[in-house]
Amino acid sequence: MLYRNVKFLIVGILFGIVFIKSEVISWFRIQEMFRLQSFHMYGIIGSAIFVGMISVFIIKKFKIKTISGEDIHFHTKIFNKGQVYGGLIFGVGWAITGACPGPLFAQIGTGATVIIVPLLSAILGTWVYGKFRESLTH
Amino acid sequence: MFMRSFLEQPWPWYVAGPLVGLTVPALLLLGNKSFGISSSLRHVCAACIPAKIPFFQYDWKKEIWNLFFVAGILMGGFITYYFMHPGPVVVNPALVNELSGYGIHDYHSLVPTELFNWSALFTLRGALMMIGGGFLVGFGTRYAGGCTSGHTIMGLSTLQWPSLVATICFMVGGFVTANLILPYILKL
Repeated sequence: MLYRNVKFLIVGILFGIVFIKSEVISWFRIQEMFRLQSFHMYGIIGSAIFVGMISVFIIKKFKIKTISGEDIHFHTKIFNKGQVYGGLIFGVGWAITGACPGPLFAQIGTGATVIIVPLLSAILGTWVYGKFRESLTH
Repeated sequence: MFMRSFLEQPWPWYVAGPLVGLTVPALLLLGNKSFGISSSLRHVCAACIPAKIPFFQYDWKKEIWNLFFVAGILMGGFITYYFMHPGPVVVNPALVNELSGYGIHDYHSLVPTELFNWSALFTLRGALMMIGGGFLVGFGTRYAGGCTSGHTIMGLSTLQWPSLVATICFMVGGFVTANLILPYILKL
């Protein structure tokens, strides 16, 4: 199990380094973004989508397989109202904590140990969603 | 010399953005994995507190790569912070001016230490921001079926319109909150 997953740990480490070096995980940068005071975050998100799109296009076009020779699968996302309600709720949390789930992990890594609290609270939020899922509008 | 200064300076968007984007093909090629981070929170629930809830009844061990990935992000944060010495965050003077009105002056850490620290947790402002904000992040991302990585980057890279709807809602929620609601919380 460890051997098969260590490559994802390494991708995570590299991703975490980019997160910190580009200040994406900074609460200040998120505030600037939501006040239209800087292009930085828009440039990062926009160019990330652009590179992701081109990569997916190349993978599909040349039917590139994984390193173990499997066909690559893409999961279709089906629309439901949760993307609207949940999206708005996450947006509120994003502006307050200045972090989406990924940055929470990276922030803890930088020694901001108190961010363990928002992370645990996010896990609780996920759990509460799971508990009341049936009674929420989707 | 160049390498050293490059490693110590904050990276510009046109370096960082493409590197973030490359995570998409990297995960696909290494193991047919779709880039997404908020699912890790669901796997933690499934592994630790499933409580017979149907949403958490699945074989989370099959998704364990995701937990390795987020553990890596945490370690990446540690390595960068302690070995590559990021300097203070330089932001728009208008923001500095606004935040100084709420007693926020310290830009040395990526996380504003005046807002997010252990003793602030016992104040109304700190509890609202850390406990309340974190809860909304976890609840909202799962309700939406993904976060900035799963919807905005992976979903838009694969041209899925529901992810565009989700992304627009993330931004609307963030804009309204940062400009109209957060000032009241910061004043507490």
